[in-house]
Formats: sequence, structure tokens, C-alpha cells
Amino acid sequence: MTINIDSVADQSRPADQPVLEIDHLKVTFATDGGDVYAVKDVSLDVRSGEVLAIVGESGSGKTVTAKTILGLLPETATSGGAVLINGNNVISVSAAKLRQIRGRDVAMVFQEPSTALNPVFTVGWQIAEGIRAHAGGAGGKRVSARDAKARAIEALRKVGIPDPEHRVNYYPHQFSGGQKQRVVIAAALALNPGLIVADEPTTALDVTVQAEILELLRDLRDKYGTSIVLITHNMGVVADLADRVVVMYQGDVVEEAPVRVLFAEPKQDYTKKLLAAVPHLGRNSASEGLRERAHQGSPVLVEATNLTIEYPGRLGTPAFKAVDGVSFTVSPGEVFGLVGESGSGKTTIGRAIAGLNRTTGGSLKVLGYEMLNLKERTFKPLRKDIGFVFQDPAASFNPQLTIGDCVAEPMIIHTNPSPAQARKRVAELLESVQLPASYAQRYPHELSGGQRQRASLARALILNPRLLIADEPTSALDVSVQAKVLELFKEIQAEFGFAALFISHDLAVVDILSQWVGVLYKGKLVEQGIGSQVMGAPQHDYTKRLIASLPVPDPDEQARRREAHRALLAQ
Amino acid sequence: MGTTVLEPRKKSLLDRLPVSSHIRQSVGLQRTMLLIGVVLCAVFVVAAIFAPVLAPYGYSQISDDAGSFPAQAEPGGKHLMGTTVGGYDVLSRMIWGSQTAMAVIVAAVLMSIFLGVFLGLVSGYFGGWLDRVLVVIADAIYAFPTLLVAIVMSIAINKGQSGFWGGILACGFAITAVFVPQYFRVIRAETIRLKAEPFVESAQVVGASSTRIIRRHIFANATRTLPLIFTLNASEAILTLAGLGFLGFGIEPSSAAEWGFDLNKAMSDASSGIWWTGVFPGLAIVLTVVGLTLVGESINDLNDPRLRGRKAAGAKGAPGPSTAAANAAIAADVRGL
Repeated sequence: MTINIDSVADQSRPADQPVLEIDHLKVTFATDGGDVYAVKDVSLDVRSGEVLAIVGESGSGKTVTAKTILGLLPETATSGGAVLINGNNVISVSAAKLRQIRGRDVAMVFQEPSTALNPVFTVGWQIAEGIRAHAGGAGGKRVSARDAKARAIEALRKVGIPDPEHRVNYYPHQFSGGQKQRVVIAAALALNPGLIVADEPTTALDVTVQAEILELLRDLRDKYGTSIVLITHNMGVVADLADRVVVMYQGDVVEEAPVRVLFAEPKQDYTKKLLAAVPHLGRNSASEGLRERAHQGSPVLVEATNLTIEYPGRLGTPAFKAVDGVSFTVSPGEVFGLVGESGSGKTTIGRAIAGLNRTTGGSLKVLGYEMLNLKERTFKPLRKDIGFVFQDPAASFNPQLTIGDCVAEPMIIHTNPSPAQARKRVAELLESVQLPASYAQRYPHELSGGQRQRASLARALILNPRLLIADEPTSALDVSVQAKVLELFKEIQAEFGFAALFISHDLAVVDILSQWVGVLYKGKLVEQGIGSQVMGAPQHDYTKRLIASLPVPDPDEQARRREAHRALLAQ
Repeated sequence: MGTTVLEPRKKSLLDRLPVSSHIRQSVGLQRTMLLIGVVLCAVFVVAAIFAPVLAPYGYSQISDDAGSFPAQAEPGGKHLMGTTVGGYDVLSRMIWGSQTAMAVIVAAVLMSIFLGVFLGLVSGYFGGWLDRVLVVIADAIYAFPTLLVAIVMSIAINKGQSGFWGGILACGFAITAVFVPQYFRVIRAETIRLKAEPFVESAQVVGASSTRIIRRHIFANATRTLPLIFTLNASEAILTLAGLGFLGFGIEPSSAAEWGFDLNKAMSDASSGIWWTGVFPGLAIVLTVVGLTLVGESINDLNDPRLRGRKAAGAKGAPGPSTAAANAAIAADVRGL
């Protein structure tokens, strides 16, 4: 080791000078539909050792701003203004100079760790790649492979990967999602940049893993004085990590304030609306004041007893148990909330009830029909009593058909109406999901995400089903849109009185809608009970951990919760 | 079933047709390439349709009122592109040849599209043993050289030689056999992808029958790449037809004009300094194939938002610096062919 790792970071930098200064940044994209002004006029600065969060909904220009900091914009973009990193203007410097700045002065952490790492190289190689790319040029010494590896091990140790000497030779697929994100952060840290740009670093991760990554980012700031630009749409993450917040809307900065001030007294209307829309665990609970399970007494709609669903393994590997001995019931008029992280089997259960997956063991009775020996022909008459709302509103409509045709489809299949009847019923339904009836003639791509999800709800309800399965219906939507869709769902459920199985990874969302909540963990139903009781006083260890790791959109409360979470993990 | 509940709002026909919509959204070099291709194809189609009007003589005509045509006459005078050893007028046979080529393209591509799309949809949607068998057969056909399969088919259908329609159908069937696996594969892959899309699942959840799902939800979405494969395959069909003719498995000169056959007969002329019998049919083949390929490749590029060129933001109407030079290079290329 001839090169001191820290020498690069210790470039003398006056304490008060900002690490990053963005001055009147403008970014324009050329598209088929004409020029799009993604960023209109953004000015901000980041000081040393500070975490600046840029929040905004999709289309606000936050990711484009982040990409400009590293000069990663596509060819179709033109940018104006200045982005100064240690005195270099990223927008106007040469490609060679830009390459020097990247990695040494500023590094990036991407949203999806699985795609940010190259699957055919070891993680050590990928971390060392940056180190070796920056040595050598401009008269510097080349770094030998062994030195580079030693520094990669050092970087992995910094981000808390256990046994880094050994695991430096692992390939990305040998790590879990959270560990992969740690590796990405290690690669960003390899050259000790003064600034890290993290674009939605925890969005692709589960809540419990998200808490660990946030902890790691906080450590980096505290121990090494790294400045972080955190791009996110999650107000809980902002409250947990940020020192200062910039709120963006449609390419402009709406408000800039220290985190406590912003959450306590937002000044702009947009910020107020945004904060009000964020679901907050424990507020606005559907099961407020409930003592025992409601809607009991009538025959149940769905009854699972020791339900097991296996996916066949490859040759020589055992079958994978996605759902393992789960028992629950859904009664008429009840909203059953199913919560779990990715891979917990929650979606599989929902799909099995709709007959999209086959069950392999136990018993699952849907409207009295035993799904274990499902025959499409005999199950078809029951399908008109089941509605299904899919996660991604963009993909759940046939792009070639109009909204009217899509919404009318269940009706055409089951009741064979005249076109006039169908049109009338579609208009009624669109009305009740608060869409203008004229939208029936539009194509799906002409609607926004929230509008499409309403239309999706209309399609699911057109035959007045007794049971509705909603699989993560709001997780692809922005918070303000999500709030409206949830409100609508609640109203319509009260009006139509159908039973619903509401599947989500978001505890706060489930709490708003469901009276009865089940928590899934690795295919097992570890806990079920009245919503407010499960959220307020969880019994099972996993539920406790899950609820403790959920960041709430309130900096002071979140600081307390963080301490509680640490204490829980220390036990 | 399948009724349109509400009249959809549609864009004007011109904006939805494959090629014209592409011309509208293209700029710079991509537009030039597409336009060159469209012009070449248009010339080909016009020649094929109006061959009886355009050609000075019939394809098998070797004499007129003034007596027999001279053999191997140089271009000029009555015969603008000269005559062949048999006394055929080269220009006339070149124009009539486009009609044969067109008929073969239509026959072959239509047959292979219908068969390929149908098999692809069924195989991709239902899967199972049928899918496996069809994929193995398609792979087996892939393993043979195109021309070899075409020759075998041509011999099997009518012993290698025949008249106009017999010859066209023989070529058509031969080319169909070669191209069906391509359509089959593309449509099958698309169908398998679409089968997992939420909108297909949502149709399954509401209880739509398989026929309805395939017809209404998968068909229109799976066949959007067809114009592209169509243009690329059309050019390959011409080459296969010319290859068959060149090898002597084509159509008799008395039944139809065929570029590949003429090329074959021109082989012995080449060594004795008679260039016009070979160059003109050859040029016809090259220009038609270039035209079809340019259209196909341009559509391919324009369909992909990452490859599609756009006007630079802000700078309106200012073409990229390299466009003019590149255009000149393309023009030179085309001339060079």
C-alpha cells in the first residue's frame, strides 16, 4: 500500500465553502412531442458534511438534477446554468476532466442495486475498477491489482460487509438486496469523494433493509464528513436522514428549509399539501377504537386453512414454498389487510384467490369453491363475483383498447349486454370513481397513473363483485395521488359494501384502509389482529422489527423511533 | 362478442399507417435513408403493376412487325438496354421481372405471415407439448441453408420447372417454408411476453376465454413488429427467388420474366464483353433489395426511441453538422452499388 487512502479526501477545503453549488440550472429534453423543460431554474448548494434531500413527485425534475451533477444526461438533453463541484463547472468541462471529477469528487448511488452491478464480475473487481481508473492518468502512479483489491476490501469493511477479505471475491448474485446496495455504496466510497449523490437509494429495498442503509449513510456523514445529496420521494426517509430539504415541483424549487422547520411549519401550499398526503402510521386508522373483529356472523367469503403454495424447483432443487401453512378468513364487507416484505408470499396468496396461481396443499375456499382442484370451466361463473386491481396501472390496460372497452370487458364476458347498456354502466362506474364519463373514449396512455388506477377500480367493480383483491394498488403512484386513490377506495368500499383483500408492503397505507391486518413473513402468517392493535402493540418479534424500522414523516418522532429501533436490535 | 362499445378517437389514417407515420417523425439522415428506400420501392411497385404499359415488348417476345430481334444487340436504338442471346429485349424483361418478383413476394410473405402468426399465437399462448414440437420443427428448418430448403421444396412441388403460376407458387411455397419459422418465433416470443402482462392476467381474472384473450388482447399487441419483418423478408424473398432462378429452378423464360434466370443466361456473355445482359437484371435485384432493406431498417430504427434521431432541443431547424456529409456518403454508396 503505497498510496494513502485518505490523501485524496483531505484536499484542503475551506470549511464554509460549499462542496456543490448549482446556479440557475436549466435542462431541456428534445422529444417527439417537442421540447420538454425538465428543470427550469434550480439553484442550491451543499455544504461539507451535510445531507441535503431533494424531494418531489415524479416529473418534478429531481432525478434529472441529480444526473446533471455527474454529467450523466443523455444526448437529447441540453443544459444551461452552472453546476460547480470544487470549482469545476460540470456542464462545461471537457469529457476527460469530467471523468476525473466523477468518482474522485462526486460519486453516485443508484436506485436498483441489482442492475447497478455487473453480474459477470466480482464485487471486488467492480470497486477496484474506479480506483484503477483514477490512478495512472495525469502522471499519477498506477495501482497494482493487489493494492486495488486491498482498498476494495477496506471500502467493503467501511460499509459493514462482514468478512470482507473473503467476500471481496463474491459475485453480485451471492449478496442479498441490502448487501448489494452496501456494495454499490462501497464502490462510490472507494475514492473518498467529498460528495455522494444517492438517487432513491432505498426505494427498491424492504423497510427493514432500508433502515440499515439509512443507518449506514448517516454513519458515513458522521464518521467521514461526506456530504450527501439524497433524492427521494419518501418523506419518512427525509425525516430520518436529511439536514436540509429542497422541495421540487415541475422543474422548480418550491421551498428550501432545514428539515425540522420544513416538517413543523411548511410555508408553501404545495409543501403543505404534500406533507398532508403522506400516510402516517397510527393516524387515520380504519380500526380506530375497534375492540373486536367486525363483520363476523355471516358465512365467510374466503377461508384458507393451512394453505400451502409451492413453486416447483429446478431439476435437483427442492420446491420453493412461497406460502407455508397460512390460515385466515375474509368475511363479507370486511377489509383484510395483508402486509409483508418482498418474497413474503402476499401477492401469491392474492393471485391464488383469483385463480391465477394454483394451490398445492391445505385448503383454500373462495366463495365456497375449493381452489385445490381448480377447473377453469367450473370456476368461471364465480369470477364475476371477484374483482382484481393490479399494481401497475400502466400495464394493466390493453394499450390498443379504449378505457371504455377495458372497463366494460367483464360485463361483456359475463352478461352479454347491448352496447348501449354497456356504455351506460361504464359511464356510471367512471362517475363513481370520479372520472368524467368522456374518459371512456380515451386510450390508457392518455390518462395519468392515478386516473388509470381509478379506471382499474371501475373495471373491477363493474359487476358489483362480492370480493375485491387489490394487489399493491397504490405503490406505483405518487403520494398525493395515492392519498386521493385511498380516499376514493375507502368511500367506494363503504358505498358498495364489498369485502376486500388489500395487499401492500406499506404498513401506513394498510392501516388507513383495513380493520383486520395479517402480517406475512417468509410465507408464514406470523400475526393477525385488529389493525390498530397490530400496529400499536405488535406481539411477534418480526412485526415489532417491521414497525420499528418504518420511518415516519416527522424528524423528532423519527429520532425517538430510531433510538427504539436500535434498542430493539441490540436485544 | 368483440363489439366496440365506444367509438375510439382515432388519429388520421396517414398518421397510423406504418411507413407514412415513420416519414413524419424522422429527421436528418434517417429521413434521407427512409425516403431513398421508399422511392426505390415505389419504382419497383409501379414497374410491377404497370409492366404491360411500361415495357416496350412482351417478356417472351423475340420479333415484331419489322422481323426478328437481333441477338446480343448493343444498347441503343430500338432496344434501349440491348437484347440477349435468345433475342429477348433486356429492358422489357427487366420490367416484366418486377411483376414476377412482386407476385412471389406477395404469395410467399402472405402465406408465411398467416401461418407464422397463427402458429406463433397458439404455440406461445398455450405452451405445452404443442409448443415444444413446433419449436423443434422451426429450429430444424433454421438449421438448413435457406436456398437448399427452397430448392428441395421447388423440386418436391413441381419437379423444378414450370409455367408462370406454377413457378410462382412453387417459389412462394419454398420461401414460405423458409420464412414461417421466423414469423413463428417473433410472434411466439411476443405472445409469451404479453401472456405475463397484467392486462392479459386481468382478462383471465374476469373469466375471458382463451380465444377472446388471443384475439382481442394479444393479437394486436404482438403483431406490431410485422411491418418491419415484412420489409426485411421481402428483400430476402427476392434474393431467394433470384437464387432459385440462377440455379435453374425458376420459371421458364416463355412463361415469365425472371431476373435470376436472366443472370444465369448472361454468365457466358460476360467473358465475351457483352455486359448489358448481366448488369441490368443484376441492378434490378440490387436496387429492389436495397430499397426494401432501407425501408425496413429505417422503420426498425424509428420504432426504437433510443435509436430515433430528433431535432436538437432549442436549436430549431439546425441540422446536425454531419448530416450533409453523411447524406452524400449514402448517395455515393447507392450509386456504387
